Amino acid sequence: MPAKAYPEKQVCITGVGQSAVGRPSSQSALRLTVDACLTAIADAGLSISDIDGFTTYLGYSPDGGGISPVGAPEAMLALGLQPTWIGASTEGHAHMGAIIGAIQAIASGLCRHVLIFRTVAQASARAKTWHAAVLGGGPEKGAPARGGNAWTVPFNAFSPANIYALYAQAYFAKYGATSEQLGAIAVNSRRMAALNPNAIYRNPLTIEEYLSSRMISSPLRIYDCDTHIDGSTAILLSHRDCARDLARPPIEIEAMGMAIGAFGFGWHGGDFTSMPSDRAGAMMWSRTDLKPADVDVAQIYDGFSILTLLWLESLGFCGRGEAAAFVEGGARIGLDGELPLNTSGGQLSAGRFHGYGHTYEACLQLWGRAGERQVRDARVCAVSNGGFGYGALLLKRS
Amino acid sequence: MTETSHAPSRQLPAVEKETLSFWTAGAEGRLQICRCEGCGRYLHPPLPRCPDCGGDTSPSTVSGRARVATFTVNHQPWVPGLAVPFVFAAVELVEQPELYVFTNIIGCPVDDVRIGMAVKVAFEQHGDIFLPMFQPLGAADAS
Ligand SMILES: [Zn+2]
Repeated sequence: MPAKAYPEKQVCITGVGQSAVGRPSSQSALRLTVDACLTAIADAGLSISDIDGFTTYLGYSPDGGGISPVGAPEAMLALGLQPTWIGASTEGHAHMGAIIGAIQAIASGLCRHVLIFRTVAQASARAKTWHAAVLGGGPEKGAPARGGNAWTVPFNAFSPANIYALYAQAYFAKYGATSEQLGAIAVNSRRMAALNPNAIYRNPLTIEEYLSSRMISSPLRIYDCDTHIDGSTAILLSHRDCARDLARPPIEIEAMGMAIGAFGFGWHGGDFTSMPSDRAGAMMWSRTDLKPADVDVAQIYDGFSILTLLWLESLGFCGRGEAAAFVEGGARIGLDGELPLNTSGGQLSAGRFHGYGHTYEACLQLWGRAGERQVRDARVCAVSNGGFGYGALLLKRS
Repeated sequence: MTETSHAPSRQLPAVEKETLSFWTAGAEGRLQICRCEGCGRYLHPPLPRCPDCGGDTSPSTVSGRARVATFTVNHQPWVPGLAVPFVFAAVELVEQPELYVFTNIIGCPVDDVRIGMAVKVAFEQHGDIFLPMFQPLGAADAS
């Protein structure tokens, strides 16, 4: 298939929206969802009747932890949508699976404009029960740990922090990385969040404060873990033929990549210093003539800071084992650096919009709408999502 | 080698057909790992089919010896009553490279755990379920 026929090259991002962030929010999760979706539709200059495709990640979850409190059906009702194509599933390439599915639906002609949302209400859930967000739901419910949780929760690894700490420890040991280097991710995020009015944590953080902060699961500290919030993000994708005359210059999807790794099933390959995200990065670069050096700004998944280091290597911004030295001190990843990173504050400081905050911020940067945190002349942005399943996008200003 | 008294309460695993022997063979003091009947590859977590050769699989007793591949000292009390700190680890069984089992390292101070440390299985009983914990090899031999 010639590159210009790739499905992602038929599709553009034409609008984005994000609700107010809360910890917790005074609004319901469905209200936040509607806010984000209506903002995205208006952002593109479209109306509700134009939307003929609808999807979300991950679909309604009955878990009490607020991981996914809103499903496609109720959001569809509240918005008054009548989509032709609907996708809603926990399957796929984790967070970005919904976006990649929407690309395929548009490119195959099933629909023209797909609205995608991701809503979380983990802060509200934790405000009711402080341990609501643990894996497996908590032992007092009496339910056995199932699926991937069966391999970790019985050993009191109630958080993904415990699993990614295994990666951080192995990475530190193999490559001689240090807490001071890892801490540069958290410090950078907070510096960016100070410039983002919708970030949840905007007060400054020094590397000294990081190094004396509370250990959660060694070597991961409190600032290495993302922040539970209530909030919703919406992304609007359109066929390129329908994108030209809308309110904003369409953002081109130059390339995409995806991988899964059976990681959440308890299956781990390698030596805990790399992830199947390597395959998502390789796939993305195989579908474009652009190179890592062409990227002006990057929004790289930071559910935990160590994931950002591993993704930096998966996406080819650093060689294997070099990411910690790359970010040390923060100069290279600051707004004036060679690779401005997680310019919204990421999930560590802006809040856990669960992948969709990264794509949202990428669009703001490419449209030149990022306010005080705008990267000068940002034309190409790399986005990656995921720690259990993996998705990557290379976005380009038209 | 089985710890039966004062085992703390835990959220126990759902026992499925393919995982039954892993969670219960500790009753006989054995660690059983799913193994391909065709090529001999060990598979953990257990699978009904070998991804290498397509062979059928069945539980097979292993030595219970391993090395700490990586670990973390958990300090966060995630749920009410959780005793901290404790060590959560991936141990690599000696039978095969990258044959990892998630576990807790017990029987030594948390600060003594190191990557590469030799360990041996020690079961913790919860009714019919025997969770495979691992402890430093020297301590296991002495007990
Ligand atoms: Zn086999």
